[in-house]
Amino acid sequence: MKKVFARTRGLTDKPFHYCPGCTHGIIHRLIAEVMCEMDILGETIGVSPVGCTYNNYEYFACDMVQAAHGRAPAVATGIKRVHPDQPVFTYQGDGDLAAIGTAEIIHAAARGEKITAFFANNAIYGMTSGQMAPTTLLGQVTTTSPFGRDAAVEGYPINVSEMLATIRGAVYIERVAVNNFKEISKAKKAIAKAFRVQQQKLGFSMVEILSTCPTNWGKDPVASLRWLEDEMMAQYPLGVFRGGDLEV
Amino acid sequence: MSSRVLMKGNEVIAEAAIRAGCRHYFGYPITPQTEIMNYMARRMKDVDGTMVQAESEIAAINMVYGAAAAGARVMTTSSSPGISLKQEGFSYIAGAELPAVVVNIVRCGPGLGGILPAQGDYFQATKGGGHGDYKNIVLAPASVQELYELTVEAFNLADKYRMLVMILGDGTLGQMMEPVSYRDAEQIETVEKPWHVCGTKDKRQHRTVQSIYIDPDDLEALNDKLQAKYRTVEKQDTMVEMIGCEDAEIIITAFGTSSRISRNVLRLADDLGIKVGMIRPITLWPFPSEAIMEAAAADSVKSFLDIELNAGQMLEDVRLAVNGRKPVHFLGRTGGNLPTQKEIIEKIRTIAGR
Repeated sequence: MKKVFARTRGLTDKPFHYCPGCTHGIIHRLIAEVMCEMDILGETIGVSPVGCTYNNYEYFACDMVQAAHGRAPAVATGIKRVHPDQPVFTYQGDGDLAAIGTAEIIHAAARGEKITAFFANNAIYGMTSGQMAPTTLLGQVTTTSPFGRDAAVEGYPINVSEMLATIRGAVYIERVAVNNFKEISKAKKAIAKAFRVQQQKLGFSMVEILSTCPTNWGKDPVASLRWLEDEMMAQYPLGVFRGGDLEV
Repeated sequence: MSSRVLMKGNEVIAEAAIRAGCRHYFGYPITPQTEIMNYMARRMKDVDGTMVQAESEIAAINMVYGAAAAGARVMTTSSSPGISLKQEGFSYIAGAELPAVVVNIVRCGPGLGGILPAQGDYFQATKGGGHGDYKNIVLAPASVQELYELTVEAFNLADKYRMLVMILGDGTLGQMMEPVSYRDAEQIETVEKPWHVCGTKDKRQHRTVQSIYIDPDDLEALNDKLQAKYRTVEKQDTMVEMIGCEDAEIIITAFGTSSRISRNVLRLADDLGIKVGMIRPITLWPFPSEAIMEAAAADSVKSFLDIELNAGQMLEDVRLAVNGRKPVHFLGRTGGNLPTQKEIIEKIRTIAGR
């Protein structure tokens, strides 16, 4: 029988622990496929965060370092300064990157640190079971905003990509989604471009990937994708915020 | 070239680190240790190394974690409030078994406190500070020459044990100028690091550096391994200086700057006909308990006098070692003040009853 699709060797054989309908698995596969297609798997060093993807060091087949909550960009900086010619990436969620690790991501971008951040934004804390994140939408119900996020009490969502795009050291910033085939394909292109930007030592790059959390959103997988398209994309429009004209 | 030069303590730490093969430094400015960072900013250029001024002490220690995981000899330096911020990173470094060197040029606290010298971070340095069951090797230099020697030694010990080694100095040592004799070349004990991340080169299984173990048996195995390692450090690398302890009636225990002041007092006491010796721990962890236990068992020794720039911290370890055999007295100053020789002599006379 002809093999038309195979698991990428950029991932180990370890089965994912993610919930049904969660899109972390798709994002992992895209990053792994890109590393293989660019032939950088043997050179790349990744940094795992704290959150649902804390143990993705077991999934990616490249060398990995597990970091403290929010500190992945600082850890990646240390690695990159030792191995300046090797690709270094972080994989972070919205609690990790946009709350406790805000300083680290902003300053990694400001230094033009030649690393790539993959930022999975699902508007909620997944691992700790559904608390409000900095990216939680107005009106969104979480365990710590049980009446819906109220701007007067809980403030407003942070648009990280737009914010980082104001920093000169951040040379490539794009927001993508993995809700359908077309967007998944665009997400993969963005991931590859971010790695190329890093290879060419142009500066900091980040790909924000809108992701689902059916378990903590309290929705089935299909309804979750619809909510991502209808609600999340209104707050977090897809597009290139910096480096759109970069030819790499 | 071996050379004898007059240098400031903080700059000697930086130079010693470079001589020990450190090519990666991550820091954040804080008085009274910022000269280390300034020196690194200039010198790292000559030796093709990197100095990164981080956005915070937290970021700096996590950069250290990353660089150590990547296999480099790496250092960060700070002072008390900054060291408090780094404690999270210390715990992760211990859990992931990474070699790293950290310098704490202690200032007086608590809180923002002041910028003058103190030894109030003894508990934090030797008993943990961060979460979980772990130890750091803590070295306590008492001169600029020793800052050089022990900084080089710190890198060797860090690599040997895959541990964080802390140099616990204070504002006096960091800021004072003294002659220092550099060796021609350092004995850099290079060790294999088969655990460090450098890319698989498609030739081996991927490696991970981590401190998380969800399975309780795996985590207990790590803890057992760490504790066994700590017992080895205690056995092999405890350092202590004993001065005139034979026939001493009173034994002073002191480290770092307080041992410098105390050292001058030994002769003054002798002139008064009171025989005073001194036990100076060079490693605060592992603590030289045996040396103190032996002294406590000697008939000639009537009592101990612990002298520190704090309200009595090493005092607890001294008392544990003495174990009630002899009285342990204490003289301490805080707030950045130093005990004078006169104060110490008066205390000795009171204890001796003459």
